[in-house]
Amino acid sequence: MKGIIGKKIGMTSIFDPTGKQIACTIIEAGPCVVTQVKTTANDGYDALQLSFGDKKEKHSTKSEVNHFAKAQTAPKRFSKEFRNFSIEKNIGETITTDIFAEGEKVEVVGTTKGKGFQGVVKRHGFAGVGQQSHGQHDRQRAPGSLGNSSDASRVMKGVRMAGRMGTDRVKMKGLKIVKVFAEKNYILVSGSVPGHIGSIVLIQK
Amino acid sequence: MNAIAFVHEQLSTKKEFPAFKAGDNITVNYKIIEGNKERIQSFKGDVIKKQGSGFTASFTVRKISDGVGVERVFPFASPNIDSVVLNKTGAVRRAKLFYQRSRSGKSARIREKRMAVSSEKAK
Repeated sequence: MKGIIGKKIGMTSIFDPTGKQIACTIIEAGPCVVTQVKTTANDGYDALQLSFGDKKEKHSTKSEVNHFAKAQTAPKRFSKEFRNFSIEKNIGETITTDIFAEGEKVEVVGTTKGKGFQGVVKRHGFAGVGQQSHGQHDRQRAPGSLGNSSDASRVMKGVRMAGRMGTDRVKMKGLKIVKVFAEKNYILVSGSVPGHIGSIVLIQK
Repeated sequence: MNAIAFVHEQLSTKKEFPAFKAGDNITVNYKIIEGNKERIQSFKGDVIKKQGSGFTASFTVRKISDGVGVERVFPFASPNIDSVVLNKTGAVRRAKLFYQRSRSGKSARIREKRMAVSSEKAK
């Protein structure tokens, strides 16, 4: 596994050699600092902790300041462990966009936009109940039956109903690295990426 | 937005097109690939809109082909556009000519904008 933490910037499109237009997302990826190296001997598993985005010292707790001081960096906004990192790095070293090459297939992890309290039609793809005409009304987006009648006499666990939707962790697989602008730390990834603009995303392989 | 503008600038191909706007009659010569052969086909019609900015900007050309209205959208940055020829400048008051879709025949014509030309050129 290798990966980097980034920030979603926005979308644009690019042309492939045959003239086909490909939608792609711009991600400001890294530079990330290795703030902890975990080893099997010490922690039971191998992992690298990467940290991204500066934070003021006055907004950090003392334990944060001391933790990041071990890697000789300022406190960071976001940290994430990547297990079994395929590139050997020591504490305090940085990871930049150069770990990815153009054309590579990657996974992008993000948190989807919050949709608020939604009904079953939007949240679970239900079709609603009944027709629009023939005297029917007020049932078009209804969930329908919740289950059996006298046998059980209760609603089963896990029945899909209306509720809060969005802000889920979602992994997009098989996205392609379309272009890398190393001097600005921008990575262009084919297709869309979960989350709103400015949200934290992980690019990993 | 700055980041997107930067990316657009890096991608831009700096293609030169004649300055045209909605209402103008243009010919777009574009490449089509048949098997492994490439040839150029042209599409002549009126520009009914220009939209977007930067690298993703596009324009729409409308023509009447065998009595049927046909519209094609061309991205300005498309590598498949060979050239654009400006045939006629139209006298229109709008930037988007969607009203053309509900017109046909005589009323669908766009008046040509005549501009003063220096006497030397007129000869």
